[in-house]
Amino acid sequence: MPDRPAIWNFLLGRLSLSSLPLDNTIVVWTFVAVALGGAAVVGAITYHRQWGYLWNEWFTSVDHKKLGVMYMVLATVMLFRGFADAMLMRSQQAIAFGSNLGYLPPHHYDQIFTAHGAIMIFFVAMAYIAGFMNFVMPLQIGARDVAFPFLNNFSFWLTVAGVVLFMASLFIGDFSHAGWLGMPPVSELRQSPGPGVDYYIWGLQLSGLGTLLTGINFVVTVIKMRAPGMTLMKMPMFTWTTLCTSGLIVVTFPILTATLFLLSLDRYIGTHFFTNGFGGNVMMYVNLIWVWGHPEVYILILPMFGLYSEIVATFSSKRLFGYSSMVYATASIMLLSYLVWLHHFFTMGSGADVNSFFALTTMMISIPTGVKIFNWLFTMYRGRVRFTVPMLWTMGFLFTFTIGGMTGVMLAVAPADFLLHNSLFLVAHFHNVIIGGVVFGVFAGINYWFPKAFGFRLDEFWGKLSFWFWQIGFWVAFGPLYVLGLMGVTRRLSHFTDPSLQIWFIVAAFGAFLILLGILSFVMQIVVSIRRRDELAVGNDPWGGRTLEWSTSSPPPPYNFAFIPRVHERDAWTDMKKHGYQRPLEGFNAIHMPKNTAAGMLLAGLGTVFGFAMVWYIWWLAVLSFVALLAAAITHTFNYDRDGHLDAEEVARFEHTGNWAPKAQGTTA
Amino acid sequence: MLSGCDLVLLHPAGDVARQESDLMIASVILMSLIIVPVLIAIGVIAWRYRSTNKHADYDPEWDHSSKFELMVWAAPLLIIIVLGAMTWIGTHQLDPYRALTRTGAGQPLAATTQPLEVEVVSLDWKWLFFYPQYGIATVNQLAAPLDTPIHFKLTSTETMNAFFVPSLSGMIYSMPGMQTVLNAVINKPGDFDGFSSNYSGEGFTDMRFRFLGMSQRDFSRWVAKVRASGGNLDTRTFNQLNQPSRAEPVHYYARFDADLYHRILNRCVDPGQLCMDAMMTMGAHGDHAMRDGAAGDAMPSHPSMTAPARDAATH
Ligand code: HEM
Ligand SMILES: [Cu+2]
Repeated sequence: MPDRPAIWNFLLGRLSLSSLPLDNTIVVWTFVAVALGGAAVVGAITYHRQWGYLWNEWFTSVDHKKLGVMYMVLATVMLFRGFADAMLMRSQQAIAFGSNLGYLPPHHYDQIFTAHGAIMIFFVAMAYIAGFMNFVMPLQIGARDVAFPFLNNFSFWLTVAGVVLFMASLFIGDFSHAGWLGMPPVSELRQSPGPGVDYYIWGLQLSGLGTLLTGINFVVTVIKMRAPGMTLMKMPMFTWTTLCTSGLIVVTFPILTATLFLLSLDRYIGTHFFTNGFGGNVMMYVNLIWVWGHPEVYILILPMFGLYSEIVATFSSKRLFGYSSMVYATASIMLLSYLVWLHHFFTMGSGADVNSFFALTTMMISIPTGVKIFNWLFTMYRGRVRFTVPMLWTMGFLFTFTIGGMTGVMLAVAPADFLLHNSLFLVAHFHNVIIGGVVFGVFAGINYWFPKAFGFRLDEFWGKLSFWFWQIGFWVAFGPLYVLGLMGVTRRLSHFTDPSLQIWFIVAAFGAFLILLGILSFVMQIVVSIRRRDELAVGNDPWGGRTLEWSTSSPPPPYNFAFIPRVHERDAWTDMKKHGYQRPLEGFNAIHMPKNTAAGMLLAGLGTVFGFAMVWYIWWLAVLSFVALLAAAITHTFNYDRDGHLDAEEVARFEHTGNWAPKAQGTTA
Repeated sequence: MLSGCDLVLLHPAGDVARQESDLMIASVILMSLIIVPVLIAIGVIAWRYRSTNKHADYDPEWDHSSKFELMVWAAPLLIIIVLGAMTWIGTHQLDPYRALTRTGAGQPLAATTQPLEVEVVSLDWKWLFFYPQYGIATVNQLAAPLDTPIHFKLTSTETMNAFFVPSLSGMIYSMPGMQTVLNAVINKPGDFDGFSSNYSGEGFTDMRFRFLGMSQRDFSRWVAKVRASGGNLDTRTFNQLNQPSRAEPVHYYARFDADLYHRILNRCVDPGQLCMDAMMTMGAHGDHAMRDGAAGDAMPSHPSMTAPARDAATH
């Protein structure tokens, strides 16, 4: 506690002026930039009088499509933040050799890789997949919304709450330096007495709760709300993967919550779950966190597998090859992902039998994954492949991910992992699958579904440029890391002694610069497309789509479908088109709709205050906000004014003015 | 060691690392059997069936073929069966706890050979090595005679690290209150990099040491040098050494308190602290919940270490 009158300590906990990192020029300038940027955005919104619009149409919306778009925006903003961290690390490692210590002391460097990893996983990759699942899945199953629309809004704002705490740590106090998984003993009080790890814990507790609720919501939605006729084996592949991922979320996120809770008990009330006295054990945390952590990487990649399946089939103008194989492969990956966690610490000295078991289960996962790659290939086989931007990203994925998968199996060979564990080879491997799998998928998906969300396509030129910068940039940035790993270089180093390594880090920094150009091209792509939106306008089905989302207007009306479609075939929309589907233009009924609500924002806002108070030991505020949170949640359950009806005329108006086009462009669907 | 690109993991100087590296390379070759054709097929199929190529077949309804489906499951399955068998055998042969049976290809170990015993402690942020057979200890420098098995026991004071000399063998964690074991051998003379390969906080980046592989004669000289130049590592000196520090220079100790490693492992360096193994013995009579706290191996189930704390106490 700071040295000052007790009343201040009571009011502010351990927060004081010296918590502000005013002595750190980088942070101060970042703050100035963020503050100016923020002021500009706020000013622009105010000037254009858009607050009401944002509030009514977006922030309080319970519409899955709007929430989906908000997740995507959030994830993109956080991608910039996470990437800025990556550039800082890349430039530090490129110069910090011998007598040159670089510009980031370990104290900072360690926070940066922690923030980079945690943000990229939780607020970029997770937010992107939540965005896709939100936007696409209900449309694909012919539903009007998710099962629990309010909960969906609440989940989103809980994710934002996590982001707020993570971002606040940049300017008030500091962030954890214990790595993206917050590993003890570094994350225990002895090595991390400051607020950093607490920011990490509470940020993840809030957003993790949001993720869990999303998982529950989507499982129920897929199970209960499919259009009539859509049996499980007629569901689109993306819906299947959404179901599996949501199932994984429901089973694994509570483990994360419990593990972080035990860590916070260690930190707040002095228990010894993960310290090494009094029966505690560090390895218990390592086990628990990976029991969550390994399924987590499949939570990220499965929806992307679904997304690539949709894209490959659409742009090959052909049915997905081996649909049932794909379903079984997805389901077996889901189950196997629980049986492999120990491959993250073969080197802890467990016996050979234990290591062999986990090595073999890990390798087994590569079988269904290989099946998927083959099935995508056979989908293109005897197809008519159109190399649009989403398809290019998918090709990039197939190529990059296959190699990343191979290096992953190398790491699963336990004795080889004794050499490669924690090395830059490992760092190269997981970026290889995360960037090659998840990030490429994000861009494929954005290019694919953007026209559905906004009624116009994205510019091709900037899209292709972005693709090539990312694709080449990835290999230039991470190829050297494979080499460095084989040279025996470990991860998380902020300074090196051996000058012969430097050239590789310089190349890697150049690669990151190419990726930067890729990101900027993506920004340009969005800007250019918005300006050329009239030229790029499309109808409901710009690609010759196969699934139900392409049957409705672009953007879809709030209720998605005026008449719930009846499904007979796997590719329901292709089937409807084949049978000369005519969109009904009359006979509409009133549609039951949920009402907007600010409750999600309010609850998550109180959660943020609670988290902040816990971080800074402001106990009165923690108690107050927690009680308020409970009270608000309970009060909200008594709010019976939650829904209404969109009357038939209004539906008719949407249906007559919506953005439809009878024919897909440039395709023979 | 300043060559432009020294891929040490592909040609290490120690037999254990050599075998691990061979297994790694074999796994790549094996997987290439399937990966390379797939990579080529991605390009070839996509190009052949590009929409502008009107000569290619087009069969939009073709989505199933039992023959192909069998193949797509069988091909990866076969590779994984072979790789899995290799891994199973390799994991057992290269189990770090398993005593060496050879010092190199075609060089079986004589039954009489005494391994070099080294007790390793990771401190914040440096490495302490005890040589119980020679009564000496060193910081941030480790030496071993060529072609002689080395038997490491490892623990840590507070942080968790991994002991790694890429030229010598794979890494293994060093954890507080627990003991791990590593068996290795060095076959070529040299001055090799060693470091912690598990992030342990602020001083981690400098947590390096040198590993010297030397002939038996040079090794004896090295021991004599340590004996001649070093002080005494007693509890007080150890507590000073244990203060967090970065980029610690090499220290030599001609003597050390005989049970110091045991006390570090059992977390009772300071007089008056109850050792965890003693606590465990008490616990065995009474409250068995205390047992988990006793110093032991990383995995109590490991067959080679049924009585961990006693094992640690024999020195
Ligand atoms: C876009 C280009 C990216 C670059 C240049 C980059 C670079 C880096 C670097 C330099 C590190 C630290 C390596 C070290 O420890 O020495 C790192 C760590 C990491 N990155 Fe990235 N990264 C990128 C994208 C991503 C993405 C998209 C994700 C996940 C969605 C991600 C997840 C991680 C994680 C989890 C870590 C480990 C953090 C830790 O050690 O605790 N990265 N990255
Ligand atoms: Cu894993």
